[in-house]
Amino acid sequence: MAPPMMAAELEASRGRRAALSIAVIAAVVGLPLWWKTTETYRASLPHTDIRQLGLLRLQLTVPVEVVFSKGTLTAEQQRRIPASDIKEKETELNSHTMFNCRYEFRYRRTTYEEDELLSLPTLSEADSALQRQIKGIQGSLSLFIIPETTHLFPQGVSVYVGKHRRSLVKLTLDPSLGTEEIRRTLSSTLERVIQTMSFTEEAITAALSDRISTDRFNKDDFEHSRRAFKSSPGYEITFTLLNPDPKSHDLNWNISSASDRYIQPFLDKLQPVANFSVDSQILYYAILGVNPRFVKETSSYVLNAHNLPHVINPVEARLGSSAASLYPVLNFLLYVPEYFHSPLYIHDKDGKRVSSNAFHSPRWGGIMVYNVDYGHPEDLKFPVHVDIDMVKVMEVFLTQLRLLLGISKAYVSESYQLENPGNEGLTDWELDKLLWTRAVENIATVTTTLTSLAQLLDQIGNIVINDNVASEVYNSVSSVQIALSELEAGRLENAFKASKEAITSSEKAFFDPSLLHLLYFPDDQKFAVYIPLFLPMAVPILLSLLKIAKEYKLSKDPNKTD
Amino acid sequence: MAAVWLLLPLLLSVQAGDPSERRPADSFREELLLTPLRSGDVAATFQFRTRLDSDLRHQRVSHYRLFPKVLGQVISKYSIQELHLSFTQGFWRTRSWGPPLLQAPAGAELWVWFQESVKDVDKNWKELTNILSGIFCASLNFIDSTNTVTPTASFKPLGLANVTDHHLLRYATLPREIVCTENLTPWKKLLPCGSKVGLASLLEAERLYYSSYHSQSVHIRPVCRDASCSAVSWELRQTLTVVFDMYTNGLGKRDWSLFKMFARTVTEPCPLAAQSKIYVDSGYDQKEIDMFEVTPSSALDVKVPVHGDQREYMLYDLLEPELFNTSRNLNVGLKWKGGSDSGPPQPPVFHAERYVSGYGLQTGVINTMIYNNHPYRAFPVMFLETVPWYLRLYIHTLTIMTKGKDNKPSYIHYMPAKDRQRPHLLEMLIQLPPNSITKISIEFERALLKWTEYPPDPNHGFYISPSVLSVLIPSVRNVKTDELEASPLFSTLFPSSDGSSYFMRLYTEPLLVNLPTPDFSMPYNVICLTCTVVAVGYGSFYNLLTRTFQVEDNKKGGLAKIIANIIRRLRGVAPL
Repeated sequence: MAPPMMAAELEASRGRRAALSIAVIAAVVGLPLWWKTTETYRASLPHTDIRQLGLLRLQLTVPVEVVFSKGTLTAEQQRRIPASDIKEKETELNSHTMFNCRYEFRYRRTTYEEDELLSLPTLSEADSALQRQIKGIQGSLSLFIIPETTHLFPQGVSVYVGKHRRSLVKLTLDPSLGTEEIRRTLSSTLERVIQTMSFTEEAITAALSDRISTDRFNKDDFEHSRRAFKSSPGYEITFTLLNPDPKSHDLNWNISSASDRYIQPFLDKLQPVANFSVDSQILYYAILGVNPRFVKETSSYVLNAHNLPHVINPVEARLGSSAASLYPVLNFLLYVPEYFHSPLYIHDKDGKRVSSNAFHSPRWGGIMVYNVDYGHPEDLKFPVHVDIDMVKVMEVFLTQLRLLLGISKAYVSESYQLENPGNEGLTDWELDKLLWTRAVENIATVTTTLTSLAQLLDQIGNIVINDNVASEVYNSVSSVQIALSELEAGRLENAFKASKEAITSSEKAFFDPSLLHLLYFPDDQKFAVYIPLFLPMAVPILLSLLKIAKEYKLSKDPNKTD
Repeated sequence: MAAVWLLLPLLLSVQAGDPSERRPADSFREELLLTPLRSGDVAATFQFRTRLDSDLRHQRVSHYRLFPKVLGQVISKYSIQELHLSFTQGFWRTRSWGPPLLQAPAGAELWVWFQESVKDVDKNWKELTNILSGIFCASLNFIDSTNTVTPTASFKPLGLANVTDHHLLRYATLPREIVCTENLTPWKKLLPCGSKVGLASLLEAERLYYSSYHSQSVHIRPVCRDASCSAVSWELRQTLTVVFDMYTNGLGKRDWSLFKMFARTVTEPCPLAAQSKIYVDSGYDQKEIDMFEVTPSSALDVKVPVHGDQREYMLYDLLEPELFNTSRNLNVGLKWKGGSDSGPPQPPVFHAERYVSGYGLQTGVINTMIYNNHPYRAFPVMFLETVPWYLRLYIHTLTIMTKGKDNKPSYIHYMPAKDRQRPHLLEMLIQLPPNSITKISIEFERALLKWTEYPPDPNHGFYISPSVLSVLIPSVRNVKTDELEASPLFSTLFPSSDGSSYFMRLYTEPLLVNLPTPDFSMPYNVICLTCTVVAVGYGSFYNLLTRTFQVEDNKKGGLAKIIANIIRRLRGVAPL
């Protein structure tokens, strides 16, 4: 009986070998082939860098130059005072967001020429003369300490803030004071000035609002931060004249020259912040959404504060969107009420007439009501030809534009004198303040965009990550790192540029259409295709493997066979 | 909301307003033309013209008055020389309604001339179609390279232009596009007066779409500002043509009025309009005029050269204050005084039709019949055909037959299709002999599409865009339009070179072709079937490979062995 036994044994082992080799082929060739052909392309992303950005530690460095003019310090004090000094203040907003304000003071004496210039008759002349000497880089401040004996300052004024990055401070230091005391006195006096001319903690906190919960703000700060438009590489400004009653009014507004004269210089000054484009249109038969109330005493019509939110919607449907770009639009509407609703006044919450007869809507724009002066009603001939007083209108719109762009008015005490910004409507230090907050806001937005993109891509394995998306992400990460280091070095201009670049790349990566291609390929369809193929193949292999394993176990345990 | 405080007292010191600045004289004109058709229907053609007196090509225009800002921006951004866009529902029946003033093909049609400065025309074209699709709420974003062509001769610029390089032209139609209210609303928004007052107040969507034919279009082109043509203005011409079936709706009566058609009357003119007129077509000759009466009666009759002939129109000028003095509104109406009908309508001088012949799902023939009914004059016609790539045209089968004889075209431009990239383009200049029918036929084969390329509801069929026939027809009478600015709007879109002939562009019917359409659960069935076959094959193969074969034990035989042994024993042979 030996040979048949042998043959059977041989046959059984051949079967086992065949089953095993098929299983091996399926595992070694089949599985990788299947894996390779159904794989989605996913370029690698800088995950560690993005994770590091999740923890944001901003370092904002402001170079401050303190210049002592003749007569403020004695020679002894002069010698003992250090050349530079650093003041830091760290604020932690939450576990992963904090910022550190670092003021780098440099002390020096005025030069001979500067002393000459400080003896000019008026403050503004002195300021502009000094400006011709030293320009000052973006983000820096220079403070001139001037003795009390000067005749430069008018009565009651102790601090003069120029239209550049320079402030003149009237301060007398006791000759007997030691170095430490001088530093303490300076620090307490200059802090207010620096807070006025550079960013405040509240402004930075508001700029970081993307990363922190809203309950950290008090109501005013919150409203303020919600009023200004989000940082964007460009804005479209649209002026619209609403003429609901063209039968009675023939309106003529000289918008092109008005915008060239009043808006364009301001926008030119803002050129480093964003690109702006200005256009205008006239809409006829565009009516407001609410009927104004008639007030008998003044025989005028009134729009109340609580009605104002309903005014915009019907008008907005007619405004139309911009076809030229995807930038956010700032709308400024000039509304000339119908003849039978004139004059129309806006009343505030307390029922008082608003002097400008205008209001604004956060992150949308502003509306101004312009009442036509009809003169003598006897010789009224329709349509009335009206030349709109553009100075009055532009004054209101420019104020609203400043608010909507986040340039807040500085509230200062009586002893401060702020120089008029001139035709540009914006001082250098106001621009710097805006750049600081915008740079910080950009960085906050980029970090949240990148972290959420990384999270999303991690969670959904179906998304294809193309090389161009990956390169945008790399680009954005490196730009935001540059922005952070430039902020730390106190180079505001470069920091802002880098943050702008970072935001463009991160948005490009986040909104890349290629991310969506395979996103919605449902799993049940995938299995419906796989099961008819895989099930009949896998079941015999698995079963024979099981059987082989069982036999192997039995052969190991010879007791059982006997 | 917050009150605004005043700031910047400096502004007050600057004087505003520059007296030397000239106020641009943008203008707006509107008119409505009512044409009683021979078949008893009534065609109403609205034309609105907004003129922008600045040159969008060379200067940056950012302040708009009457001209819509959004279109101005589009023209500047994409460097457009001319733009013509139309949305149409239904088909203008040239045979029974007579020649149209301005026909448009069913669905959407867009043709654009770009300026010479444009480097990448295709990119601008792609972006423009997307933007227009947003502005007009239409599916123009489905225009891509597979339905865009560059005709060489059929579409010439209608405005001021010295560009004739046809590489700057793009033409596309979407015959499948459905036109409805959502397209009308943005179109009405482009009018300065909206639909509040003036003629546009008649445009109520509910009535307009309850009609036999509805076509709205936008034409933008540069035009001369004045007679000397020293400066360029931009003209936006919005036209809307609607044909009401008054005969069947009016219970066999052919009377009509504005109120019956639009459920509205005109109450006041648009105060911004420089011209606001209603024209009522009163036919060619006195005999016809006697057959009906138009109320209110108009003192003004004008003669306008249209389609190579003088036509007489009754005119209502809405800007005349007397018109609204007697009654508060204007309801133009027409009453038939009876009288005999002049028999079946005369066929127009020129018309065309098209059909698909053949059977089965493999091949077919596209036939186009072109009619020249002019008794003694021959004239040439420029024929343009675009066919999608999935109908493979056999160009060698192209036959053009006139009166049983071969008609050889004097110009042929054929651009064969590339699969999934571009359509067929066929342009021919054909001479039509007097009083003749010309038949153009070409065979095609239907291609099989990939299963993802089928549109929704593929069994409905695939639309083939209408062929375009551009023709210069000899005039009946030698008429010449000298003063373009003064003549009615409806006669001024196509420039007339001289009085001896007039230009007309006709579109044939769109075709509906069935392609071989699979059952769309097929891919899954195929997957399942293939997998089953593979699994069965694999299963037996696997079984064969891994089965343990055993040599059967002879001792323990089966029933056969026992029977065999019994037989052997009976025979006396040794058992197995």
